[in-house]
Amino acid sequence: MKWTTCRVAWTLVFSVWLSSSVLAQSSVTAPQEVQVFDTPSDGGGSLTVQWAPAPSDGSDIRYQILVGEASARDPSAFAIIAEFPSNTHYIKDTETAWWTREADKTWHHVVIRSGKGIEILDGMSYAVAVATVHDDQRMFSPIVVATPSPNWINWNQLNNLIIAVSFGGLVFYSISHAKRNEIFLRRIPGLDAVDEAIGRATELGKPILYLTGAHDLHDPSTIAAAVILGKVAKRAALYETELMVPHREPMTMAVCQEITKQAYLEAGKPDLFKEDANFFITSDQFSYTAAVDGIMLRKKPAANFFMGSYFAESLLLTETGASTGAIQIAGTDSDHQLPFFVTTCDYTLIGEELYAASAYLSKEPVQIGTLRGQDIGKAVILGAIAVGTVLATVGAVTGAQWPQFVLDLFRDLK
Amino acid sequence: MIFLRRQLPLLITLITGLLFAGQYYVPHPASEHMLTSATKWLQIIGGFALILGVTSLFHQHAAKIRRQEAGWGYSLVLYAGMLGTIAAGLWADGKESVEGAMTAFGWVYNYMMVPLQGTMFAILAFFIASAAYRSFRARSREAAVLLVAAVIVMMGRVPLGEYLIPLSGDVSSWILNVLNASVRRAILIGVSLGAVALSFKIIFGVERSYLGGGKE
Repeated sequence: MKWTTCRVAWTLVFSVWLSSSVLAQSSVTAPQEVQVFDTPSDGGGSLTVQWAPAPSDGSDIRYQILVGEASARDPSAFAIIAEFPSNTHYIKDTETAWWTREADKTWHHVVIRSGKGIEILDGMSYAVAVATVHDDQRMFSPIVVATPSPNWINWNQLNNLIIAVSFGGLVFYSISHAKRNEIFLRRIPGLDAVDEAIGRATELGKPILYLTGAHDLHDPSTIAAAVILGKVAKRAALYETELMVPHREPMTMAVCQEITKQAYLEAGKPDLFKEDANFFITSDQFSYTAAVDGIMLRKKPAANFFMGSYFAESLLLTETGASTGAIQIAGTDSDHQLPFFVTTCDYTLIGEELYAASAYLSKEPVQIGTLRGQDIGKAVILGAIAVGTVLATVGAVTGAQWPQFVLDLFRDLK
Repeated sequence: MIFLRRQLPLLITLITGLLFAGQYYVPHPASEHMLTSATKWLQIIGGFALILGVTSLFHQHAAKIRRQEAGWGYSLVLYAGMLGTIAAGLWADGKESVEGAMTAFGWVYNYMMVPLQGTMFAILAFFIASAAYRSFRARSREAAVLLVAAVIVMMGRVPLGEYLIPLSGDVSSWILNVLNASVRRAILIGVSLGAVALSFKIIFGVERSYLGGGKE
């Protein structure tokens, strides 16, 4: 009797274990709702695979991405190009915006590109399957055939395009507004001092040294420096003071020669214009620095202007200039060099003030209108930062998804 | 003539400006190819522009030597250095070493150019010290704030400073990551808006003083 009871009990335990094991195995299913398509908004050469999350997703179950020829029908013969735990690779981990998302953020997402023994070519079809792997068992999704191709527009950057076009529209509206109305322009001490510096050079009978920075004309800061040069050259021509503009880049030199020539013409002193006022030294950073330092020490200019973009040479130039007793005015958007300029120069135009300089010096409505546009743009950005901070906090605290719809509008999605 | 001097450059600026601004939003390989080609064109134009620069340099120093201006000896050194390097470069076929042996061109670069550049860069250390001495004198409230912040950051960035004042590491990180980073970002926002506004003005021909010439 006792033996029979014991045997029944063991049979029950074994049955329960067996049924639970079978149940566990049956809960692992093949990937569901698998979608394979050409990756949108890309330059081609890739396919995107997305599928629905499964209740069994966890670190002990893995997914495999399998790729084969378009005509192939046996997924077990496909090449395995990726394998990962089933609780990873979600759409939410990728940088996509809601307006380009093809499925829910909780879905799995993998991008297939060339590599690992497979080459993904545009215009060629590929058969793709996803497999769920648990221990030695593999369960395959249906095979999906897709063809990669390049796209003409990156829709992820639609927000960037809209913001850029809106800002452009704002600038032109501000220009037209400035033509009809007078706009207040705050004082910029560094630009007020331009006249003072040129006047001092005139009184002392010493030249003015003007540098346009380390970059070529690709950089807006160099263009801004060239535009300011025109204003400085005009004043120098009026005061009949020598101007020296050593260059690091030949094309910038050619452009600055034209600007200087025009400035002398506008000042009514074309005979004072010297072709070699703008001259090339070298493109090498420290050779240029040594040469300009030499000019400062030999010619002792009374006013030094450092406009444009600078690197390690900034302190070598300005400290030498300070040692000669020259009045120094700097203007740069190189934020990493600003401390050196602030320390060693009498006046420094910080960041955007460099771009504001031509407006301030010319007082033309077109230029002043641009400044107004920039200021409104800054106000919009400040507003976006404040609203974005509040929304991100609300999203994090409440777990709500809706703030993300607004936050995506301000994200840089590539 | 005015068309060639004014309208045509403005038209080229408008078309290429819009084309390359749009290129940023087009991921197609044709767009990438266009950008690569344009970059190569610019490199070729830059190469020709270098002739312009070197001509300017030679002209400038030839005039100094001819007039025997103050320091004209340096101009002679420049001529000797430049012509010597060009000769060495042509002789060595532009190579710094051949079969492991250094050429004269390589020697000029490694034993003259590199040490001279290193010397110039090394001078920076002394200039930083003298500039720091001048700016850290607590003559005003702002300079005093600068001095205190600089001392804390310097203490926090070296092991000895952090050993002597354990809190300095955290405080210096806070100054750099919160105060400094936020101000830097504010400057960058202003710079970016300024650059974009200037680009718009140039593309649409509102700003045209970079072309030289009058306002016709």
